[in-house]
Amino acid sequence: MPDGAHTIRVECRVNGQPVTLEAFPMSRLLDVLREQLRLTGTKEGCGEGECGACSIELDGALVNSCLIPAAQAEGANIRTIEGIADGAHLHAIQAAFLRHGGSQCGICTPGMILAAANLLARYPQPTEAQIREGLAGNLCRCTGYTKIFESVVAACRHAERPA
Amino acid sequence: MRSFIPAYEMKTPRDLAAALDSLARDPGAWKPFAGGTDLMVLLEAGKLAHRKFLNIWNVRELRGIDVTPSHVTIGSLATYTHVRSNEMLSREFPLLGRAAAETGGMATQNRGTLGGNIANASPAADSPPALLVYDAELELVSATGSRWLPYRNFHTGYKKMDLRPDELIRAIRLPQATGGWKHYYRKVGTRRAQAISKVCFAAAARIEGGRIADVRIALGSVAPTVLRAVETERLLRGEKPGPSVLSAAEAGLAGEVAPIDDMRSTARYRRRVAQNLLAEFLEVLAA
Repeated sequence: MPDGAHTIRVECRVNGQPVTLEAFPMSRLLDVLREQLRLTGTKEGCGEGECGACSIELDGALVNSCLIPAAQAEGANIRTIEGIADGAHLHAIQAAFLRHGGSQCGICTPGMILAAANLLARYPQPTEAQIREGLAGNLCRCTGYTKIFESVVAACRHAERPA
Repeated sequence: MRSFIPAYEMKTPRDLAAALDSLARDPGAWKPFAGGTDLMVLLEAGKLAHRKFLNIWNVRELRGIDVTPSHVTIGSLATYTHVRSNEMLSREFPLLGRAAAETGGMATQNRGTLGGNIANASPAADSPPALLVYDAELELVSATGSRWLPYRNFHTGYKKMDLRPDELIRAIRLPQATGGWKHYYRKVGTRRAQAISKVCFAAAARIEGGRIADVRIALGSVAPTVLRAVETERLLRGEKPGPSVLSAAEAGLAGEVAPIDDMRSTARYRRRVAQNLLAEFLEVLAA
């Protein structure tokens, strides 16, 4: 192994649970979440911060997990798509995606839901422009944007519980 | 080709002194790493020469926005989200807020920093034209001290800058001197959100008695570095914003920019759009 090749221990919280990760410092958080914790809901699309498929929340902020090195997750509070529902009770955004056909092939869906849930946490009653901007970093290659947008609008209207 | 990730190191200094100490001990070995929105892309693509990264994301001394009557000082780790959500900045330095809001999507804005946007030295970066218009100064710190320099002197060529390997950008300082000015910002990209600029145009002017008393114009993506269009500014100063000065100013601007053909656009298109944005700016001034 070349110089510098050693793993580090990263202590953080993922979906409310304390975890200790063992990873190379520059491993992508995306890969660590998927391969070590088997949280495969977070998807890889472009791998360069353009598409938002790997969106997670890091200390409450929406980020692309493909651009976060594992070392920067030390002490962080992480939420992935697996932590969005409250047990069997879906988040309002998830319920709205189901009702309104907001999901097609599904690859962009976890990122879209993270982005929308994060938006609702910041703006419980977002304007249309705020919704469009909140989702602007997430690409859907099925191009089903209209139903995605409508799902978020519907979730805001009929929010079962605060996001 | 993807990088071999185990070959890369990252260490997290305790504070600014520890970070500067690492940079001083082994100049050039440690690459400062903030939000990662540029460096992780290069790392993934196998295009990053550095093997060792200094994680400065949590260095408190590089954070915060400090306001005095004469200046606003922005810590280099201010993210685009910090910038665009700061009411004072949006009010007094609207071009900066616009640039922050038009850089990437929310996830990028939450991690990308002003200092990183400067040090990455892309001629297509969106916040540097705004910083040039506001006559920003940079504070560069090292283990041996601190120095200030005008941002317009910082970029010395394509991806070249006046920044020693043992230095960090600590802060960006803007003089509070553009109250009452008219501001204009427009980024032209392939689409509204998340695009990299084909042309970015930031400008501000002070109008007195219907004439342009003072004006500053800066552009991105039209030269090897972000560009302050000083010749065009000189042509406009003292003139009425309108058709009488437009063609001379457009010709001046065409002589100042040095765009290239690349994957995002062509030199010809960029030059024409830069002129069109100048015309739109003059319309805003005349209104």
